[in-house]
Amino acid sequence: MKMLRFVLPLVVCTTNLYAQDDLLNELSKQDSAQRVPVTATFKSTRVVNGHSVETMKKKHLDFRISHRFGRLNSGAYQFFGLDQATMRMGFEYGVTDDFMIGVGRSTSQKVYDFFGKYKLLKQSSGAHSIPVSVTIFGGTGVATVNKELEFQDKLYYSAQVLIARKFGERLSLQLSPTYLFRNKPEIAGDEKLLLAVGIGGRFKLSKRVSLNGEYFYTAREKNTRAAPYYDSMSFGVDIETGGHVFQLHFTNSLGMIEKQFIGETTGSWGKGDIHYGFNISRTFSFDKNNRRSKSTDQ
Amino acid sequence: MKQHILCAVFLTVLGIAMSFPKAFAQGGKFSTSAGNTRFSSETPLENINADNKKCQAILNTANGEMAIRMNMRDFVFPNKLMQEHFNENYIESEKYPTATFTGKIDNAPDYAKNGQYDVSATGKFTVHGVTKERTLKGKMKVDGDKITITSNFEVPLTDHKIEVPQVVFVKIAQVIQVKTEYVLTAAKK
Repeated sequence: MKMLRFVLPLVVCTTNLYAQDDLLNELSKQDSAQRVPVTATFKSTRVVNGHSVETMKKKHLDFRISHRFGRLNSGAYQFFGLDQATMRMGFEYGVTDDFMIGVGRSTSQKVYDFFGKYKLLKQSSGAHSIPVSVTIFGGTGVATVNKELEFQDKLYYSAQVLIARKFGERLSLQLSPTYLFRNKPEIAGDEKLLLAVGIGGRFKLSKRVSLNGEYFYTAREKNTRAAPYYDSMSFGVDIETGGHVFQLHFTNSLGMIEKQFIGETTGSWGKGDIHYGFNISRTFSFDKNNRRSKSTDQ
Repeated sequence: MKQHILCAVFLTVLGIAMSFPKAFAQGGKFSTSAGNTRFSSETPLENINADNKKCQAILNTANGEMAIRMNMRDFVFPNKLMQEHFNENYIESEKYPTATFTGKIDNAPDYAKNGQYDVSATGKFTVHGVTKERTLKGKMKVDGDKITITSNFEVPLTDHKIEVPQVVFVKIAQVIQVKTEYVLTAAKK
């Protein structure tokens, strides 16, 4: 009888008495160990001016056109800034799913900029979850506006560690410690090396619309004669329509690259030196499997 | 006492036999975690395809009950932006991470005999958090300890409350074509 007691459970185990739901439970049990990366922390590779933790996916090209208009307080004669525009055109490409490169040209100071961005850590849920995403960014640029300068004096370098977390569906926040070195600052008395830290975030209003904000604290004496500069602060709206992302914003920075908005923001929110601007991002897939690559689901 | 021992031996043998579905296919469980589900949305403007090669399926040949489960995030699109929109905007993978089917084979074939059979399964089909009672038709191929299930069926977006905004209405089909292929093998246990 003892033996029976021992053997019976074995038999019961192997003669499948499972209902359909138990079958399903069995499947989810097998699957539960999986680590699920969190996607779409931000809609675009930029929060407003600054880079976000997002990178372009492999073989995807992002063509970006960004405009910043003149100051709102320039009055009706300048049509509140819209008469003047500066722009940056950029081609940014995903080499792998985690590594992207980009080149851009800004009309302001005639800058050619180059950058690379690598996803080091991806926020994930499930087993072995990771609380934040970490992306490292490195960039350089040549300001070619002043022909008199030696080549090396036209250069600047920037590096950032972007740390972001998506708190549920709607809210994402990012911290961006920044290193910025100018070989020759625009104003002789300004410091070559600038350290800054940015905080940014987005709040989704609907599936396709989000509110974005960004602030860069630059560690230096503000608005002195040697450095008549302010911290950069921007607010905007991201609107996504399939293949395009439209980012519309108000910012006190005219430039769209790190050197300019972190290092050389001359506008003050308090005085109304606010620029209206937008970024338009258009993504093209060059994946071979996708022949009609140009069309996206806009 | 002797009877008990005999009985125990018999049950043990039965138990062992049951745990080898190959030798005793009638009552085995067959499963896979690498099933393939593809879907396509076809409109004059654009064709969109996606592929999930990590679908889980399990079939109990003893009673014809089956379950299929897949993570929506495992669908791979050639265009990664579409993939993001699929997860973020349409399927809402954060809220509804899986699609499932649980049901029963209506006309179970003889699993001991190799061959191809027309079958159908009736049960609950859940996508985007909405469950529909459906009968899905397909083919079943029995080949030793391998059972291949294929099925082509349609999923109307409105059935599962998947909303497509006006601007992209013409580029996304209202009825999605789904093709599945699961190669099940005897469950190891």
